[in-house]
Amino acid sequence: MRVTQGCFSFLPDLTDEQISAQVQYCLQKGWAVNIEFTDDPHPRNTYWEMWGLPMFDLRDAAGVMRELADCRRVYGDRYIRICGFDASHGWESVRISFIVNRPKEEPGFRLDRQEAVGRNTRYTTRSYAADRPEGSRYEG
Amino acid sequence: MTQVADTSQAAPVDTVDLRREFEAVDIAPVLEQLDRELIGLVPVKTRIREIASLLLVERIRQKMGLATTFPTLHMSFSGNPGTGKTTVAMRMAGILHRLGFVRRGHVISVTRDDLVGQYIGHTAPKTKEVLKKAMGGVLFIDEAYYLYRPENERDYGQEAIEILLQIMESQREDLVVILAGYHDRMEKFFQSNPGFRSRIAHHIDFPDYSEGELLSIADLMLEAQNYRFTPEARDAFKKYIMARKTQPLFANARSIRNALDRIRLRQANRLVSRLDRVLTSEDVMSIEAADVLASRVFAQQEEGRARP
Repeated sequence: MRVTQGCFSFLPDLTDEQISAQVQYCLQKGWAVNIEFTDDPHPRNTYWEMWGLPMFDLRDAAGVMRELADCRRVYGDRYIRICGFDASHGWESVRISFIVNRPKEEPGFRLDRQEAVGRNTRYTTRSYAADRPEGSRYEG
Repeated sequence: MTQVADTSQAAPVDTVDLRREFEAVDIAPVLEQLDRELIGLVPVKTRIREIASLLLVERIRQKMGLATTFPTLHMSFSGNPGTGKTTVAMRMAGILHRLGFVRRGHVISVTRDDLVGQYIGHTAPKTKEVLKKAMGGVLFIDEAYYLYRPENERDYGQEAIEILLQIMESQREDLVVILAGYHDRMEKFFQSNPGFRSRIAHHIDFPDYSEGELLSIADLMLEAQNYRFTPEARDAFKKYIMARKTQPLFANARSIRNALDRIRLRQANRLVSRLDRVLTSEDVMSIEAADVLASRVFAQQEEGRARP
């Protein structure tokens, strides 16, 4: 099941050229761009690991694309996303975030139903991938 | 409009109108401006002209469907103090941008401090950070020879050099590196880092300025600040240049700039010393012979002559 989080996730995967154009847009808006990765695709997992520090004061997307290539080399089997952070007053938050790399196989989610007091039912989504220990979830 | 462009890209052509191509890239104004604003520096201008021509030819080759490779544009500027190395480097980014060789056309100016870290593991992130910022523009490394300190074998400069070389090779389309420094020390630096020499395509020597060129530079500087020499003052300044050139620590255009700054001080002092009169803009703008002749340089010259 294809994970859909952030911008463009209902489109086909972006090519490097398209990613570069999006990053350039962020830089021209004056946003700090950073690269994050994770192997836990649960939608409530908002804190992904950061690849290096956020990149400030860049003018051209080539620097970010190089970092992305490095990150893919190490964590190519995980989800990687690029975020653009707007530090200007009143925003001070992530303006854009999109997935740029995903595992080959995405096993999807299981829905757990828990029968609670009375006739209540509690629902939980659980990623099949997360059943395996962290770091070896997408080794196939 | 777009359709015309599409067809020209799709089908390789056999003949190209050179003049029309030349006008299309719009480089003539860039070269003219360079001629106007930079005095002397013939080797530098020649090289920029060559690079501009190369761009034109590459564009035409692309249209003809021939193989094109991105040229190596890394440069090294060497020359005596005050010969315009930094000034040209700052200009170079703009020129390369207009010629279409770099995408953004900004300059990141760094020295050893910005690239080399203070402890193990500090250098690589620092250098990479700087390189990322310079992507799409020009990285200008002033006094590059300080990067390498042969006397200290534990120096981290070597690490910075290795990262730099790697990026200079692999990301030629993204970044142009310009090294600058005094001639003899750059020579020594390249001897101990042969990899650097071979990765830099353009080694440009900045010659010392002649006396006539220095005078033209002085005129340009004054004009930019809305001052001008009276004819006598100009003659006096000619003599000043001749005298200053023979003295130690002469730094070409930089010495001229400093001299002009001092002359402006003396001019201001002369104007203020007589309060009871009405000044015209002419008075405030013109520099007189007395302002120039009061310089210490002339006194020292006299002294030198008196002493055998």
